Amino acid sequence: MIKVENLSKFFENKRVLDKVNFSVNKGETFLIIGRSGAGKTVLLKTIIGLLKADKGRVIVDNVDITNLDKKGLDKIRLKFGVVFQGSALFDSLTVEENVGFALYQHSNLSSFQIRQKVKETLHLVGLENIEHLYPYELSGGMRKRVAIARAVIYKPQILIYDEPTTGIDPISVDKIVSLIEDLHKRFFVTSLVVTHDLNIGLKLADRLAFLLGGKIIFEGNKDDLSNVNDERVIQFLKGSSAGPIKEMEV
Amino acid sequence: MLILKRIEHLFNYIGSLGFFVKDILYYFFSKRRRLRSLSKEIIFIGIDSVGLVSLISFFVGIIIAFQTAYQLKAFSSEIYIASLVALSLTRELGPVLSSLVVAARSGASITAQIGSMKISEQIDALETFAVEPIDYLVVPKFISLILCMPVLVVYADFLGILGGYLVGALKFSIPCNFYFKMTFDALEYKDIVSGLIKSVCFGGIIACVSCWEGFRPISSLEVARAVTHSVVRSFMFIIVFDCILTAFFYFL
Repeated sequence: MIKVENLSKFFENKRVLDKVNFSVNKGETFLIIGRSGAGKTVLLKTIIGLLKADKGRVIVDNVDITNLDKKGLDKIRLKFGVVFQGSALFDSLTVEENVGFALYQHSNLSSFQIRQKVKETLHLVGLENIEHLYPYELSGGMRKRVAIARAVIYKPQILIYDEPTTGIDPISVDKIVSLIEDLHKRFFVTSLVVTHDLNIGLKLADRLAFLLGGKIIFEGNKDDLSNVNDERVIQFLKGSSAGPIKEMEV
Repeated sequence: MLILKRIEHLFNYIGSLGFFVKDILYYFFSKRRRLRSLSKEIIFIGIDSVGLVSLISFFVGIIIAFQTAYQLKAFSSEIYIASLVALSLTRELGPVLSSLVVAARSGASITAQIGSMKISEQIDALETFAVEPIDYLVVPKFISLILCMPVLVVYADFLGILGGYLVGALKFSIPCNFYFKMTFDALEYKDIVSGLIKSVCFGGIIACVSCWEGFRPISSLEVARAVTHSVVRSFMFIIVFDCILTAFFYFL
């Protein structure tokens, strides 16, 4: 479904991604894990086409998106549903307008039909009667769930979660994790989860890639982690400050 | 070397702003707008600015009347206050002052809004929904500004003239009908049209500069800086374009 080949990205001569290779199969949940600042969000944004790759290519559903024009890219983007790190709900719109945004923009449904769909989708993520509220009136956990509802309402083929559990309380974290698992089973979507939280990541993922300093240093099934020899991966799994990964190295 | 760097920076800025304006014009002509998205902007940019524009233009009208009266008193020609107030407001002060007010009030707010959307990934979210941020965010503001500015300017001219009349009537006992006759006799079609053309240009400048500055920040600290830059650069562009347009209308 997604294939990343030799992907490199530079910011002012600083290499943020270095020949990254991995592939995500249709219907699986793939985890990209790494320390904060390892280049995970840059990798995600390059996969969605928000950032342009300097080298290498990204293939989504057999289409190389690296050199696509805006029209082609827009077509591909509608296959994605993205849940951003800070939820990225539109401040000036109500919950109903946020969740129904894609339908208002790209469907021929009437306002009444969209409102019904919004209600159903909010129910799906465990929220009721908040359609009239603005994002600033919601808690962190509710914002995340509204962001998930906004991402799934138009039934995308690929769901991308960027740090889905960052900045929310443990009970909300558990709710979000269950919700992601539930959505995955219900819609049989391909999910790409980016996080630095190993416990959450391993709960969700079938396979994973470990990103360090812009490079993939491990890719495989989560069961393979018990046999891994790379000291850096072991240090991360242990969550220890002593080891080959130094403080400044991301 | 520092001067050369600054000149290079200036040309870079103008160049990238030029490309941004090109994109705005492309989306401006490419499709019809939803009235709903425009009405929100028109209320925010136009109607909400009425109070401040009223206050400033009314008092500027009074100030011009007193200042000109001070000079005209020597020739016992205070009656010409009406003509001078009308001419200076319609040709110059109405468009310029209203634009500066809108740039400081609405322009700063537009920059802050887009800037905070940029750093909280809302702009990225728009793009993932295959919605072009310039088309969705900027063009409605651009249209609203170029529509609201001429209306605000006509309103500011009217209130300024009213301020001038207050001085004329209360201080110099000029009768109402005579004051307004002097006002309209002095005004030519060209004075009003040139003021309106200026206001449309200034509205476009405020939209382009404030939105462009909004797209530049990459951190919350830079949003604050962008708001300052937005107001300062809008002022600069308005004054420079005012000079160019005044010269143009003079030779026309």
